[in-house]
Amino acid sequence: MPIQYYIILAACLFCIGVAGVLTRRNAIIVFMCIELMLNAVNLMLVAFSKMHYAAAFATDNASTAGTDAQLFVFFIMVVAAAEVSVGLAIIVMMYRNIHSVDINFLNRLKN
Amino acid sequence: MNNIAYLVPLFPLLGFLINGLFRKSLSKGTIGIIGCGTILLSFIVSLILFFDVKANGGVVVNYFNFIDVASFQIPFAFQIDQLSVIFLLIITGIGFLIHLYSTSYMHDESSEHFGRYFAYLNLFVFSMLLLIMGANYVIMFIGWEGVGLCSYLLIGYWFKNINYTNAAKKAFVMNRIGDLGFLLAVFWLLSKLGTANYVDVFEQASTGLSSTDVTAITLLLFVGAMGKSAQIPLYTWLPDAMAGPTPVSALIHAATMVTAGIYMIARSNVLYSLSPLTQDVVAVIGLATAILSATIALFQNDIKKVLAYSTVSQLGFMFLALGVGAYTTGVFHVMTHAFFKALMFLGAGSVIHAMGGEQDITKMGGLVKKLPITAWTFVIGVLAISGFPFTSGFVSKDEILLAVLAHSPVLFWFAVFAAILTAAYMFRLMMLVFFGGFRGTHEQEHHLHESPSAMTIPLIILGVLSLIGGFVQLPHVFGGEDFFNQFLAPIVPAVTHEGAEAATLEYYLLGGTIVILVIVYVVTKKLFAVDRFDGVYTGFKKVLADKWYIDELYNAVIVNPLDKLAGFLKNVVEKSGIDGIVNGVGKFVNYASRQLRLLQSGQVGNYILFMVLSIAVLFLVFWNQEIIVQFLQKIF
Repeated sequence: MPIQYYIILAACLFCIGVAGVLTRRNAIIVFMCIELMLNAVNLMLVAFSKMHYAAAFATDNASTAGTDAQLFVFFIMVVAAAEVSVGLAIIVMMYRNIHSVDINFLNRLKN
Repeated sequence: MNNIAYLVPLFPLLGFLINGLFRKSLSKGTIGIIGCGTILLSFIVSLILFFDVKANGGVVVNYFNFIDVASFQIPFAFQIDQLSVIFLLIITGIGFLIHLYSTSYMHDESSEHFGRYFAYLNLFVFSMLLLIMGANYVIMFIGWEGVGLCSYLLIGYWFKNINYTNAAKKAFVMNRIGDLGFLLAVFWLLSKLGTANYVDVFEQASTGLSSTDVTAITLLLFVGAMGKSAQIPLYTWLPDAMAGPTPVSALIHAATMVTAGIYMIARSNVLYSLSPLTQDVVAVIGLATAILSATIALFQNDIKKVLAYSTVSQLGFMFLALGVGAYTTGVFHVMTHAFFKALMFLGAGSVIHAMGGEQDITKMGGLVKKLPITAWTFVIGVLAISGFPFTSGFVSKDEILLAVLAHSPVLFWFAVFAAILTAAYMFRLMMLVFFGGFRGTHEQEHHLHESPSAMTIPLIILGVLSLIGGFVQLPHVFGGEDFFNQFLAPIVPAVTHEGAEAATLEYYLLGGTIVILVIVYVVTKKLFAVDRFDGVYTGFKKVLADKWYIDELYNAVIVNPLDKLAGFLKNVVEKSGIDGIVNGVGKFVNYASRQLRLLQSGQVGNYILFMVLSIAVLFLVFWNQEIIVQFLQKIF
């Protein structure tokens, strides 16, 4: 499959994520949208890695060019999972304190 | 011998430093000894130099390079030659007498101000010596500015009187106008010849300079001389400069500083001789100044003002002599004038001292009985300046008249007219002050006394010099030796009046002078040696007494418009223009920040929106646009 499809898909996902972050007030939805953007980037990483590998393999079948990105993606997913657990914990604490997950209430630092 | 030349200005400089720095701790006696002693030492060194130059001729002594840029060099050098040693003797000799006189005249001042006075006076002598001894125009300019500064400081010596400080400012500003001309001339000279050394300039003048250059340079130099030597149109500062102490008027505003312009032109005689146009300008302006100020002097009631206008008039005579090419005669008149005008100023100081500060001659009269030495020395001065036969003034003024006659008969008759006016106002002054009856108050009459010997000794010495000072240049007809002109001949070409025709003219002048002086004596004695004199004038006399309203004219044409312009710039351009811009910037920033402050809403969503928008803008602006285009083409 041509790389363009992956790029367009990733761009769409990223834009959806951005739009969600910008428009939604629910902290959980915003959080999900952030994950969406993260995974759009992950998708790009995997797609380009595969593309490079395929190009290198065509000339040298012993080449491992680009395969390290595949590993990288796993790292990112692990880190993201850790981050999600921390983020969700924060949201839970927030709900306990102000009985809301609306980020527009989180303006206590103003003034 | 010439290696001691640097001592001449060094002594007054040391005197200035000691008196200036320690004026609070030194006693008046010490200050006086330092002030006079340094000048006396300078005078002795000047005498040694004089005899050395007389025997061996002039030299240029190089000390170090004052300015040294690539091929362009201004050496700090002294030129000790016939012309400069004569001025050295005048400055240090008369300077010493006036310092001596000052120790007594200024005795009522507190010790600190006494020290300040002598420090200024020594600094003045130092600057004047620098002006005279410098071997190029730049060193001369240092002295030129120095004497202007000292003149300012000494006119405003009693700085608590606002009128005196205004007079000082006027003198300074007028001098600056002239100095600008001088400076431009030096720049012109440097750009054309690349040197300001007299020796080199005069050597290259006829080949390296076009006639336009020479005319422009000499005219600009003459503008400098106009300021310093008080010629039309820059003369009005000199009468006002009488605000200073009287010895200062004698030293700076009669004997030495105001003759700097004459020295400069005599020094540059090679240049001036190359430009007949400038010579005519110099002669005409000199003559016009001589007549104008003589007419003003006729109706002044302030003893120092009369002498001040007389000085302006005599300076006019000197420029007239320079203008007709008789440079040595101009210098000679500087010397004789220094004798008799310093004498008369010091005499006036003695009179003012005796009168308890009174300067109005309508309140004087008959002082000859109470101040005999002052009176008779003053009479000698009056005779000398009026050209009484065989006094110093007679010799120098007759020589000027003869030189003018050889140049142009029209100018000659105007010059004779000015000379008659000179005799008239001088005899009037003498009669009003020393003869007739006393017109002041009883206290003043009771207070009258002859001055102490520190004041009368300089008067006597100057009186003797005024009488016999002319004999160094007595005309051949009367058995003279022409010593002065011959001495100066290597530096300044002399105009000699030889032959039977000159002799006849001398006799005519001698006879004419005697007739005129007798008439003037009789008339002034009848009019002014009186018991009552109100000194109020009407009609044309009032115009003369009010100085032709020249000061008012200058105020109306130059000073007031400039004041108005300055006021306009201050109130309109500065207040609403410049201040408006500055305040406007401040107000705009204030307003804009108040509006921008609203962006910080505290809503996370807003911040993120701005971040996304900004990043999008950055992409558009900074990304290589071709890559984007290619990329988009590939995609779609």
